[in-house]
Amino acid sequence: MAIVSTPSKACTVNPLKMSQPIGGAFAFMGLRGAMPVLHGSQGCTSFGLTLFVRHFKEPVPLQTTAMSEVTTVLGGYENIEQAILNIHNRTKPEIIGICSTGVTETNGDDIDGTIKLIRKKHPQLATFPLVHVSTPDFKDAFQDGWEKTVARIVEMLVRAPTSEVERDPARVNVLPGCHLTPADLDEIRTILEDFGLKPSFLPDLAGSLDGHIPEEFTSTTIGGIGIEEIASMGQSGWTIAIGAQMRRAAEAMQTRTGVPFRLFERLCGLLPSDEFIAFLSEISGRPVPPKYRRQRGQLADAMLDAHFQIGGRKLAIGAEPDLLFDLSSMLHDMGAQVMAAVTTTPSPVLERIRTDEVLIGDLEDLEERARRQNCDLLITHSHGRQPAERLKIPFHRAGFPMFDRIGAGHQLSVGYRGTRDLIFQITNLLIADREENHQPCPDSWRTSTPPLKSGRSYTDASERSIA
Amino acid sequence: MSSLSARILDVFNEPGCAKNADKSEADRKKGCTKQPKPGSAAGGCAFDGAKIALQPFTDVAHLVHGPIACEGNSWDNRGAASSGASIWRTGFTTDMNETDIVFGGEKRLYKAIREILAKYDPAAIFVYQTCIPAMIGDDINAVCKAASRKFGKPVIPVNSPGFVGSKNLGNKLAGQALLDHVIGTEEPDYTTPCDINLIGEYNLSGELWQVKPLLDELGIRILSCISGDGKYREVASSHRARAAMLVCSKSMINVARKMQERYAIPFFEGSFYGIQDSSDALRNIARVLVARGAPEDLIGRTEVVIAREEARAWAKIGSYRPRLAGKRALLITGGVKSWSVLAALQEAGLELVGTSVKKSTKEDKERIKQRMGQDAHMIDDMAPRDIYKMLKGAKADIMLSGGKSQFVALKAAMPWLDINQERSHAYMGYLGIVNLVAEIDKALFNPMWEQLRRPAPWDGIAKHGHPNPMVLAQTDGQAAEPPALLEVSRRAKRVCLCNTVDRGTIEDAIRLHGLTSVDSVRLHTNAFGGCCRSRIQDILRAMSGSQPPAMQQAAE
Repeated sequence: MAIVSTPSKACTVNPLKMSQPIGGAFAFMGLRGAMPVLHGSQGCTSFGLTLFVRHFKEPVPLQTTAMSEVTTVLGGYENIEQAILNIHNRTKPEIIGICSTGVTETNGDDIDGTIKLIRKKHPQLATFPLVHVSTPDFKDAFQDGWEKTVARIVEMLVRAPTSEVERDPARVNVLPGCHLTPADLDEIRTILEDFGLKPSFLPDLAGSLDGHIPEEFTSTTIGGIGIEEIASMGQSGWTIAIGAQMRRAAEAMQTRTGVPFRLFERLCGLLPSDEFIAFLSEISGRPVPPKYRRQRGQLADAMLDAHFQIGGRKLAIGAEPDLLFDLSSMLHDMGAQVMAAVTTTPSPVLERIRTDEVLIGDLEDLEERARRQNCDLLITHSHGRQPAERLKIPFHRAGFPMFDRIGAGHQLSVGYRGTRDLIFQITNLLIADREENHQPCPDSWRTSTPPLKSGRSYTDASERSIA
Repeated sequence: MSSLSARILDVFNEPGCAKNADKSEADRKKGCTKQPKPGSAAGGCAFDGAKIALQPFTDVAHLVHGPIACEGNSWDNRGAASSGASIWRTGFTTDMNETDIVFGGEKRLYKAIREILAKYDPAAIFVYQTCIPAMIGDDINAVCKAASRKFGKPVIPVNSPGFVGSKNLGNKLAGQALLDHVIGTEEPDYTTPCDINLIGEYNLSGELWQVKPLLDELGIRILSCISGDGKYREVASSHRARAAMLVCSKSMINVARKMQERYAIPFFEGSFYGIQDSSDALRNIARVLVARGAPEDLIGRTEVVIAREEARAWAKIGSYRPRLAGKRALLITGGVKSWSVLAALQEAGLELVGTSVKKSTKEDKERIKQRMGQDAHMIDDMAPRDIYKMLKGAKADIMLSGGKSQFVALKAAMPWLDINQERSHAYMGYLGIVNLVAEIDKALFNPMWEQLRRPAPWDGIAKHGHPNPMVLAQTDGQAAEPPALLEVSRRAKRVCLCNTVDRGTIEDAIRLHGLTSVDSVRLHTNAFGGCCRSRIQDILRAMSGSQPPAMQQAAE
């Protein structure tokens, strides 16, 4: 049981957190033909856009209502109207998603009211899908923006069943958290299809940001789940929610359509994957395909080969709650000790993280704790590169943003196969670090020499056994 | 806010700005606040611009007063390089929450300043104002003043909230903050008659260091670079320089002009992009320094260095010219750098099919016309879709632009090169231009492009889920090659032996673009059209009858 705490300092140093509106916009990016809009000054959009582009190395649709000083004072009605009309005319989207920002939440723009007026004034927009989510920058974090947006999309776009609907037991809704990559979604899709299930992902980033080359150039998203498919999600037999952040959307779906849901807080690791596969076998009524028996064996073997390295590691990890919970639990289950854990926003999973304290803080906190606890593995997003350099410990990049390496969208960590590959990746990092930085020398064990800077000693039993 | 709007007006009233000088009196009063269009705007805000302009000061802590979005979404994302301090890359923000918005954020800001000084002891703190504290009326000038007095360290307010305007305005407001609070507040340890300031140079990818050795060789000291690899003390004492070079012409013109007014430091505009411009810049530096009392022989020594460096660079570029000659480039930048990069490309033998002039002044456009000729294709504002069409239609061989528009080219399977601030290569001076040409060459001649433009050979094989009977027949031991495989080998046959272009590539190009002549095939493929001219003609003849009209339509 971890204690969740918040530091009392006034200045955030080396932020771990990213803002809520871009988390919201990110959710819209998993919808086909979508154009997310941030209702704020043009910088709000520009920073988010740059971040997404650098992470995915993909064109990213994100627009702005371009609020100026004057319109901020007078209210943003006209900016919203112009933005919607402009986008509707120029890029012909299938849906426009509007996320508010700190600027427009502070001046108190009534966006829902504005949308109603716009629909009345412009008949061509009367039934056009316009979804607004309230996501002020000065509250919550990236993950919360995603959570609220997906829930809102469910509430606004999923058709409520009129009478007793025809349910298709083979159809399954999947509500993935924002910590899953396009590769993770594709892996889950394959697994579900292998059980004869037909999944609908909301949002489906694998359709839009997996890095494919479209036939035509469009300024909206180039794939993802379509509006019609979202509308019909009420006909599914089950909803699978992944990550605690998706409880809200899953509940909204159940309330609206009566589709029961099962929440998987984790999909990385042997036991969580077992649980997932068992559930699929149960709802599909099919035996587990031999492919997954083999994959399970491979994961077990990977764990055997890797535990020498991962066992006893002192982990410092900074990530949004669901990713933090998933990765830290998997490594804890492999024998690592979670010595420093920092996250961005409150969540029910935090107190279940296997460590003493989870801090809602920044990378300065993480770096300081990692140093104090002699951690020898750092996991966080790309901004961990500076702390890692100073700490001189192996650094695995996970989460958003990952702007200084390529292939962010194809990092896989779910299911037997994903866990297996992630374990290999982290273990190889540790082996390389030992070879580069911790070769024994004649004085390594001499007691008179000052203790090594790294907290890891060479008398470690696990290391000797494979040396 | 009234002082802020007064300051914006003052910044806009820029006699040194050529674009401004072109305007009528009434237009000038309106300033340059061309309002961005909601729903079709791109580019950063004034805060972004201010941060870009000042962040390269390496020993300064840059503290952003605002909610998490402003710093959390953007920190440590610039490619400027530092020779020493690293504090500038640390992200500091007050991360304002709801309580701060209700009760005001001044106290948190003050505490944040105190924490940074205690923990990191930077040479100075720059405090950036953002939209929300500006809306709720946080007076950062007062907080900074109080903190400076209390802690005895310079704490500089940079009043440039995002919603007042564009990135460019932010650059200027940042310059204004330097003029108001920093420049002239300290004295240099010593001065020399060869001290210069570089203004508006950000040392991206360390490119200033491609030029600095030459200045060192000539005994020219960069007293202060604003702001690439800059130090607080250097800019604070920059008023003792003998002359200044304004590098990125539009972003900090106000700094150069006002330093001329206040401290009589003459400045000239120049660029280190391209051979000619680098030489001009060095000449001008020598000239203005000598005019201000530097030893006369500086001019002669500069000429010697120029001659040596030019010869070296030309020799290196010369080896690329035959390969790059006639290749067509499309240059899409903010427009400011257009003409200087343009000159560099032409030196390498590339042909410019278009350049953006969105932010260029009349004078810039004149220069572009001079370089490109009267039929210069100047693009004011081109929709990504149109750029894509242009590239897909092979009207250009390579695009050079900023990171945000890269995919327009890459998704059309066309070569692209980053020439904006996020780039990872250094392109300055005589070394840089050679670098740029080498990068263009690498991009253009990568064998990958040909593979990417080719459709998958299995498209159409076993279309309807049935195995192809011919393939089965073959496994039964019959000799007949299945038509699909036949087709693959037919298409793989080399047509152009010099540049290894196969029949399939040429056929696809003909079909896609509706080509009818050998020359147009040469334009659209790598085919040389020399010894293979007759073979290409044969293909054209064979295909002219068989082209379905639907294809032709699609090609349009």
